[in-house]
Amino acid sequence: MAFGIVGYGVYIPRWRIKIEEIAKVWGHDPDSYKKGLGVEEKAVPSMDEDATTIAVESARNALKRSKEVKPGEVGAIYVGSESHPYAVKPTAATVAEAIGLTPNITAADTEFACKAATAAMQACLGLTKGGYMKYGISIGADTAQSAPGDALEYTAAAGGAAYVIGGGEGVIAEVEGTHSYTQDVPDFWRRDGAQYPKHAGRFTGEPAYFEHVINCSRALFEKLGTSAKDYDYAVFHQPNAKFPLRAAKALGFDEEKVLPGLIVSKVGNTYSGSSLLGLAAVLDVAREGDRILMTSYGSGAGSDSFSFRVTGSVEQKRRLSPPVSYYVERREYIDYSTYARYQRLLKG
Amino acid sequence: MAVSSAGIPQHWRTIKERYRLLGAHCERCGSNYFPPRNVCPRCRRRGKMAQVEFSGKGKVYSYTVVNASSKAFEQYMPYVVALVELDEGPRVLSQIVDCKPEEVKIGMEVEACFRKIFEQEDGGIISYGFKFRPSDGSWACRETGQRSS
Amino acid sequence: MKDLAWEAGVKAVEEAGISGKDIECIVFGNMSGGLFVGQEHVAALVADFLGLNSVPATRVEAACASGGAAFLQAYMAVASGMYDIVVAGGVEKMTDVGAGQATSILSGAMDYEWEAYFGATFPSVYALMARRYMHEHGLKPETLAKVAVKNHYHGSLNPLAHFRNRITEDEALSSPIVADPLRRYDCCPVSDGAACAILAPLEVARKYTDAPIRVRAVAQASDTLSLLGRGDLCTLRATVKAAGRAFEEANLGREEVDVVEVHDCFTIAELLALEDLGFCKKGEAWKLYDEGQTYVGGKLPVNTDGGLKAGGHAVGATGIKQVVEVVRQLRGEAENGRQVDGAEVGLTHNVGGTGATAVVAILSR
Repeated sequence: MAFGIVGYGVYIPRWRIKIEEIAKVWGHDPDSYKKGLGVEEKAVPSMDEDATTIAVESARNALKRSKEVKPGEVGAIYVGSESHPYAVKPTAATVAEAIGLTPNITAADTEFACKAATAAMQACLGLTKGGYMKYGISIGADTAQSAPGDALEYTAAAGGAAYVIGGGEGVIAEVEGTHSYTQDVPDFWRRDGAQYPKHAGRFTGEPAYFEHVINCSRALFEKLGTSAKDYDYAVFHQPNAKFPLRAAKALGFDEEKVLPGLIVSKVGNTYSGSSLLGLAAVLDVAREGDRILMTSYGSGAGSDSFSFRVTGSVEQKRRLSPPVSYYVERREYIDYSTYARYQRLLKG
Repeated sequence: MAVSSAGIPQHWRTIKERYRLLGAHCERCGSNYFPPRNVCPRCRRRGKMAQVEFSGKGKVYSYTVVNASSKAFEQYMPYVVALVELDEGPRVLSQIVDCKPEEVKIGMEVEACFRKIFEQEDGGIISYGFKFRPSDGSWACRETGQRSS
Repeated sequence: MKDLAWEAGVKAVEEAGISGKDIECIVFGNMSGGLFVGQEHVAALVADFLGLNSVPATRVEAACASGGAAFLQAYMAVASGMYDIVVAGGVEKMTDVGAGQATSILSGAMDYEWEAYFGATFPSVYALMARRYMHEHGLKPETLAKVAVKNHYHGSLNPLAHFRNRITEDEALSSPIVADPLRRYDCCPVSDGAACAILAPLEVARKYTDAPIRVRAVAQASDTLSLLGRGDLCTLRATVKAAGRAFEEANLGREEVDVVEVHDCFTIAELLALEDLGFCKKGEAWKLYDEGQTYVGGKLPVNTDGGLKAGGHAVGATGIKQVVEVVRQLRGEAENGRQVDGAEVGLTHNVGGTGATAVVAILSR
């Protein structure tokens, strides 16, 4: 029996702020940021949205694409985020309650910077394939934090994606294999109780992102005996538009295999949602038989790589809830003062 | 009284209804109620009430823009409070989000979404629940996707 | 709070010509002494400070209709034959707390779990009624402004009114929005106040006064606590029911009423009240305002003390305050300029919450 993705759903808040608007406030040159990051604007949550609400909206959209899944059959729900609203009190329990999956379910929040939810996907895969439960749900959702004026402010965004994992005829993308690659690398962190994360600037590139994304993908290729030419799409964690394209090039992917899943320029870096939103954008357009490489990245540092083969079920299922492009286009621009209010940068 | 000092048990008691828009359905006369009731006011003892999860689709029956609120909601001002008539019949009071206050009209089609209702001060609890946003005709599928357990 | 109640109580006792030891029972309306000033057990406190420690004293709560509900309970206590002389009073001390806190406390008169919890305030739920009324009956904001202008005019003639300033329609229409379409001048204030009336069987009352005012009827009705279950937002069914019962009991017609005190917590509420009480057809109250008929001197003088809007709304006291005003009108004691000539019959209308409780009383000379 094939195991993999049974359903997927996404959510991106409605509000956007343009790079120019942020640069204007800090006296930065907007073009250098736009070119340097390959990002034009980012998604901003309303004041009444957080990682929990984004996770719920994503999960509801994922369940619309998983009609065969009955509530009693989902045995696990995991929410990966860097912005869990509570330090102690699980986001996953709230989400499970909101989508009607309680009480016979295990739930936990996962944390591994931006790859917390792909780690949870692997857990779901193991639990379902191992026969412990029929389905598991993994959600990546973030309202990413950034200190005002920090380079991160240009990209730290909000959004999420949810994946129902399991086996059977309903699988729309079978997992052919998965591999992880982890080392202790202090490239980006947020200490307990700190409001904003800190990062090591340029150090986040070579020894961190590229080292893990490229080597993890290569290790998976080796495991499966595949190479870039065997894949129709490649999706990478996308903190900006430059990093994934460079990693793709190093792995031997042409740009056109990466662009369908590269949405960072329009929504920003959605952290735990990032690679999973990219994967969703690819599933929105993929055809039966297509193969997809997805490699996430989480600072600290690690990557999870997945090799997917798309099945015929995708065509009929993807019509059941809104595609990524719907949320990308559903946008309204706000100025920095509104942004500051929404992000609660102003202390009254 | 003051919303921000609501007792935790009281807040907890309505979590399921607030998260999932759960109401009551009388299996005898077909009437739907929100909030849920134990007894159907029409059928009384002859009625048979069952839990129902509403689709979250509805229309604005009336609305207002709040410019003076209690403390717990000050940060959201001005915000839209509306009575929404659900497709299944009952009306619920909630906020309309994801649009400008001046865009709200009587009869406007809306759909439920999941939002923070308020946050208690001083590291207290966060209350979540339904609010409504304008329905978007640009995305064709109108399936409810609501699940009943 | 006890000072307010004491002052009203002493004035009532003096005016009635009774002595404290004649009082057999006290019924006091109070919405939320506990939340406004941290004091429950309000009726016992009142009895204590009136020096009537042994008299049975009970607080009655029906939100903003606490006073009206207390009046009904006092009326029943007398009508049942159990007591001869009963004090019906009401008190609220609201201004010790800030505006935000007052908003929170008052929102307790709605459905807490399914209205206030979601951000509804008291003005906002009346705004929902006003918006719907505009939609169904084509109400203009100018009509709402006329209600406020008239009540401020009457208030200016009442030495006990909370607001004694006159306002213009332009001022009302340009005042800040509280809950669209309701503006500041559409909303009653947060007030401190107390009122007392002394009830007795007519033959007993005649021993003390040559001009007893007869309670012809008191009727109370209830409706859904929240707006969620209301079919029609443009009518308060509890008002319709209570008015129907009261007029039937009093055996009087609407046209026989000379002066009316209605519950104008918001301007829209005064329009709904006149329609629901049967003084005009649904959707047509605006005509009375266009013609100026609700002023003293008009066909139907409404809220001759300034109503809740200008007179003030000390919630637990309001229902009794209305009775006091009608008594004064029927006795011809209202201050110069706001006395309705030859008033024979008066009506009071007190509402709790958004219409979950309504009390209608009809009094006559």
